[in-house]
Amino acid sequence: MAYYRRNSSADRMARGLGWFSIGLGVAELVAGRRIARWMGMEEQAGLIRSYGAREVATGVGLLAMGDARPWMWGRVAGDALDLATLASAHHDGNPRRENVATALGAVAAVTALDVLCTAMLHREEATAWTPHPDYSDRSGLPRPPAAMRGAAKDAPIPADMRTPDILRFQPAAAAPL
Amino acid sequence: MKALVWHGTADIRYDTVPDPEIEQPRDAIVKVTSCAICGSDLHLYDHFMPGMEKGDIMGHEFMGEVVDVGAEAKSALKVGDRVVVPFTIWCGECDQCRRGNYSVCERSNRNKAMADKLFGHTTAGLFGYTHLTGGYAGGQAEYVRVPFADRTHVKIPDGLTDEQVLFLGDIFPTGWQAAAQCDIQPTDTLAIWGCGPVGQMTIRSAVLLGAKQVIAIDRVPERLSMAKAGGAITINFEEESVVERLNELTGGKGPEKCIDAVGMEAHATATLDSMYDRAKQALALESDRAHVLREMMYVCRPAGTLSIPGVYGGLIDKVPFGMSMNKGLTWRMGQTHVNRWTDDLLRRIQEGQIDPSFVITHTVGLADGPGMYQTFRDKQDGCIKVVLKP
Repeated sequence: MAYYRRNSSADRMARGLGWFSIGLGVAELVAGRRIARWMGMEEQAGLIRSYGAREVATGVGLLAMGDARPWMWGRVAGDALDLATLASAHHDGNPRRENVATALGAVAAVTALDVLCTAMLHREEATAWTPHPDYSDRSGLPRPPAAMRGAAKDAPIPADMRTPDILRFQPAAAAPL
Repeated sequence: MKALVWHGTADIRYDTVPDPEIEQPRDAIVKVTSCAICGSDLHLYDHFMPGMEKGDIMGHEFMGEVVDVGAEAKSALKVGDRVVVPFTIWCGECDQCRRGNYSVCERSNRNKAMADKLFGHTTAGLFGYTHLTGGYAGGQAEYVRVPFADRTHVKIPDGLTDEQVLFLGDIFPTGWQAAAQCDIQPTDTLAIWGCGPVGQMTIRSAVLLGAKQVIAIDRVPERLSMAKAGGAITINFEEESVVERLNELTGGKGPEKCIDAVGMEAHATATLDSMYDRAKQALALESDRAHVLREMMYVCRPAGTLSIPGVYGGLIDKVPFGMSMNKGLTWRMGQTHVNRWTDDLLRRIQEGQIDPSFVITHTVGLADGPGMYQTFRDKQDGCIKVVLKP
């Protein structure tokens, strides 16, 4: 079971990256064609939109799913995919090569942040771990549970909370119909 | 006076606020000696329940000493009385109260128009639990005003500690009602989702009411160890399949009675449907995560009963209601009619049949409350139940 502090610096950083992820994802979804054109990758507008969907999903995961670490690993993997895609477009035949280089630099910087944040979250997990307390002596009952079973059979159960006979589980021979 | 005050999502502060005063003839003022953080307070802390406003005082599980009494409450209370205050405020005179349905009292919600609009018809006023249920100041404070105090109290005799009786205000009768409304038979298997404080009380209640087999489902090891201590067979849903294990334990037929002691914040990452719910919740497309409801509907034996003490706030999605209809399941739910049960439960505590203080894992001063909200919410430090001492 993961332990994490939802207000730690690592967690705040992860949340910030979550919002960034959603913002970037929405931009890629809405302006996929324009971004592709800017980088000389006109034929890959659909791919950029699919990356946008991935960014939105990762962002929601980071903001909403509690333990941020698997979603940060998702971001790191996504960064690798982005870098590989951009690298494939960074060649002499691309007239927008310089723009691709700018994008590569930006993604590399974000990748560094993602890796740093992931490492901080893991470090936090390692230092936060404490043994689970054992509450096996906390029954709240004066005798072992088996001996207390049915001790309150006399409890008044109001008529409106009783199950009608027809719906009550009982031995077949005693069934009302 | 000092109180724990809601300022926004995950932002509870130890603030100075005005002292409460008698406003109506049936009011009383109680000096709080002990109060608790309830699991349902976390829905407010995480801001999943609508209707909170900055400055609202938290807390609906508290007890203390009466220090002032309105003119019309003097027949029932006097200064110096030691009382537990139930979280549901009830008038005792309306049609619902006369039927014992105190949690849907028709008169105690002073924001009735708002509740009528949202729920169709109002429910009772509650302490420290949104403006939808009256916007009453809660009991995580040094003092609290108790409306309809001539009815809304449980007098505590000498000889019992705060820790023994404090939970009569909420989690003990809530767990008891969850089990009682299953109308437990000696042949019944009960499955209980959630081993938080209400789940723990439900387990003990089910054992005392005579269930043949009680099965408790959670993922937090210390909570499972406490559940086992109370007589439950435990299932860690991170380590084994709930459906398979329940079928094993019931000869393939499923439990007759299923109890949801989790509510709207089911664990978000264990299953695909939970993740779907969490994503929709984050995008404000639904308010509640319904994984436990879906699982209960699936595993429950046909013609069985689902009992729901867990709090839900609004809208749920992808609930297979056809499954429930075709299996002929009975649904029983609602906020607890606290005073229906408290005389009987107080007697059981006095006679030593149960000591609800077993569930307390942390006791701190009121000033430490904001930090304990986070500790409790994040299940850190073995935290199961927090008691605050103003």
